[in-house]
Amino acid sequence: MDKSVLLNNFETRGWVPVGPDDDWNFYWANVQSIRNVFSIDCGFRLTDDQVISHFPNHVELTRKDLMVKNIKRYRKDLDKEGNPLAEKDENGRYIHLDFIPQTFMLPADYNLFVEEFRKNPNTTWIMKPCGKARGVGIFLVNKLSQLKKWSRDSKTSNFTPPTSKDTYVISKYIDNPLLIGGKKFDLRLYVLVTSFRPLKCYLFRLGFARFCTVKYNASINELDNMFVHLTNVSIQKQGDDYNNVHGGKWTVQNLRLFLEGTRGKEVTDRLFDEMQWQIVHSLKAVAGGISNDRHCFECYGYDIIIDDNLKPWLIEVNASPSLTSTTSSDRIMKYKLINDVINIVIPPGQVPDVRWNKIPAKEHLGNFDVLYDEELAQQDVMGGDPRKLGPGTFRGKRDGSRPSPATWK
Amino acid sequence: MGDSNYSKAYIQTLIDELKTSKIYTDLQCAAQVEIAKPTLRLSELKKGVLNGLVNSGWDRKLRNAIYRFLQTHPKLQFPSPPPEHLKEPLVFLRKAQQAWEKRILKSLNSMCTDLNIPLARKRPEKEQKEWAQKWTELGIDGPVHFEKTEPKDASVKDLSQFRPVYAPKDFLEVIIGLQNPNYHGSDTPGFYHLWGIVQVPLKVKDIDELRLQYSDMSINQCQSGIDDAQDIPSELFEQERVKLGKKVINTNHGPLAQEFSKKGCPTSMRATLWCQILAVELDEIDILYYEQLKTNVLQHDLLVDSLLYKDVKLTATNDDQYFVFEDFLYQVLLPFSRDTYVLNHFDYNSASPPKSYIRGRLGMDEFAVNYPPNGVIPFHGFAMYVAPMCFLYKETITLYYVFREMYVRYFFRLHSISSHPQGIVGLSLLFESLLQTHESDLFFHLKSVGCQPLKVAFKWLVRAFSGYLSSDQVLLLWDRVLAYNSLEILAVLAVAIFSFRKTNLMKVQSYNAAEAVLADLTTLQVIPLIQLSLFSK
Repeated sequence: MDKSVLLNNFETRGWVPVGPDDDWNFYWANVQSIRNVFSIDCGFRLTDDQVISHFPNHVELTRKDLMVKNIKRYRKDLDKEGNPLAEKDENGRYIHLDFIPQTFMLPADYNLFVEEFRKNPNTTWIMKPCGKARGVGIFLVNKLSQLKKWSRDSKTSNFTPPTSKDTYVISKYIDNPLLIGGKKFDLRLYVLVTSFRPLKCYLFRLGFARFCTVKYNASINELDNMFVHLTNVSIQKQGDDYNNVHGGKWTVQNLRLFLEGTRGKEVTDRLFDEMQWQIVHSLKAVAGGISNDRHCFECYGYDIIIDDNLKPWLIEVNASPSLTSTTSSDRIMKYKLINDVINIVIPPGQVPDVRWNKIPAKEHLGNFDVLYDEELAQQDVMGGDPRKLGPGTFRGKRDGSRPSPATWK
Repeated sequence: MGDSNYSKAYIQTLIDELKTSKIYTDLQCAAQVEIAKPTLRLSELKKGVLNGLVNSGWDRKLRNAIYRFLQTHPKLQFPSPPPEHLKEPLVFLRKAQQAWEKRILKSLNSMCTDLNIPLARKRPEKEQKEWAQKWTELGIDGPVHFEKTEPKDASVKDLSQFRPVYAPKDFLEVIIGLQNPNYHGSDTPGFYHLWGIVQVPLKVKDIDELRLQYSDMSINQCQSGIDDAQDIPSELFEQERVKLGKKVINTNHGPLAQEFSKKGCPTSMRATLWCQILAVELDEIDILYYEQLKTNVLQHDLLVDSLLYKDVKLTATNDDQYFVFEDFLYQVLLPFSRDTYVLNHFDYNSASPPKSYIRGRLGMDEFAVNYPPNGVIPFHGFAMYVAPMCFLYKETITLYYVFREMYVRYFFRLHSISSHPQGIVGLSLLFESLLQTHESDLFFHLKSVGCQPLKVAFKWLVRAFSGYLSSDQVLLLWDRVLAYNSLEILAVLAVAIFSFRKTNLMKVQSYNAAEAVLADLTTLQVIPLIQLSLFSK
């Protein structure tokens, strides 16, 4: 892992690197080390002046199957309590909470999947291994015969639960992605979470869109061509047309400019609001299950695809978004990301103290905007008129100096 | 029409032109529809028909057509000057432009012979079919043979051998060399010698005239691009502006759209407003015409295509704002080079379309053709004229017509030698004189370390800042070019940028250091800079 972005930030602050057995204040861990820190056998208790960059069981959000499970459960819970958010349309689809493509777990839900597939046999589905990242092991499916292996697995009656290496999720492939310049892209947004209960999350303004270098072609023949379908930079980098100057990345500002100019402001605003609201709901869905260790914070990489009706779809959440840089503007952006993350998590100039109130001052937010601060929102509820759940505007700055958003759906 | 500003001859030309255009037949048909209406009384025939036409919006359409004519046909003096004078009144500049054109054409021809590629050739049937299929994906292979199984022969183009015909800096050298033969230019005192590098004494506006011209941009007026930013409450400006904008768009009246745009266009309305200002309204004929151009591209391969392709690859494809639109650029630029409508603009352009001859008939006028068909030889960076507009139009056909109109009204002036105040020579001189007058210490310092400011600013002017500013800023700038119908704002912005970075520029000690200070303009906000520069002295 290229750590230069991290190291530069640490050095600028005059922090001292320490070895694995020394005392530390700030630990930017990878997923493996987190397991060690919090493991029942060899883990240790963190002191008040130590912060670490992952939540112990972040997999509830960052593993594809667990995320889907949690979101489905969250929706059902809201439905049961009669929350207006869980309203469904005449086809039984959620109106406000329909933000993940239809997904099944394999091999567990194989039969359910087959039933669904037979209802609409001309659809394409995408198979993703649960435990992998960076586009590895993904393939597209449009015939049941491609899934023979999982059909066999589901019929065996042994009770050993499949390990994460064997489980896959299969989701409805979004075959009408929004194309710009004829090319498919997805969005990478960075979200910092400093606490789950109460939920405190921040959205980084400098997200980007990753473009496929090859023109999007929905024809069956191109299903095998991963350059057409997968936007992961690690895959695109190997293509012939990969360009090192821009790396196929477009800033979110350019995306916004294009959409406002060609589709209009209202629909663009609605799109961006909806994306933010999807992020908040995905976090709320797992908030109950994640151990809210106050030593922890986490910077997630959200992958979102927009279809050509300007509806966003949450594809997955990454716990360790790549910090390697493919272009120089990329490096600058990631440097700013880490810089702002550190400033929010530890008020500048101070030693970490996990007992602080976790309400960063406005000037420390840098390029982050407050996405949702549950604690502050509740204070508003007590202070003023009860906030109704309605369409939101997340441009927090519009409301003057208070960081919390006004209303949200 | 008792307007005494326009001579009878001018009005007659206008009427003649309208009569040959589609709107004439459309109006006739609409009038016949009106006459057939049963509510019409015979005694009030003329009045009734006129009212009917006005009510169904024909009045507006006719006005827009007239407005378009006015924009593209400057008022003529009486007696009307000979055609060469319309192109360029000053003889020495005319000659300079012709010499420059000869050089370009020579360079093009020699590239042709060196690479052994014809200027134009008809495509074989098979290749035409391949091109038709790949029309929307030209970015992948471009004008090379798509069949990768065929052995490479001399006709398969290897793009690395193509060089752009010229780059802005070559053009700058030509401009520096311009000398009015009526003056003795020399360093000895008493002789006329301008301080900057442009030595042609054209009349340019001074700051007071510019302030008047751009008065709608003054600091006390809210502007799109500053006052509708996200962190300003929208009630202050944005909401009113958007409401007004909607009304303006609904009236579909060119001059109104132009007036509204003086304070900038809200992003979501910009595309429509530009279409209205440029009087671009697509009908079936326009769509057919574009298809015809596309067919021309499929049938014949021009050397110019490779130049355009190379230009796109060098500029837009490497630009992290425009790389997404690469394929659109080909779909606009390739048909553009076949569009003979563009030849019309040479009536008022000092340049003339280069001529080439059918093979074997060199020098024989009956066998001369314009090459390329639209008479415009692209240079390094040409594709960047189109790139920012890709943010506005997602259909290539609208993009095409808007670009074409922008080119024949404004962009052509940025690469031809002329005495027109908005020509590149005029803009360069305007830039230099403003900088000398208002930042004389900066100018002197830069000159003394070997950096003539125009040498850095020239490329910005030639490209109208496309590719140097960030995309939303280019669009805000071009709003003003359209609204005030003048390119002078480019020079004003260039001066403003130098002013803005003055502190660092005063510290430089070499040309390279100065260039480095001015290398990255992507963080600049152009409207506040222009306001500061024009209105806060």
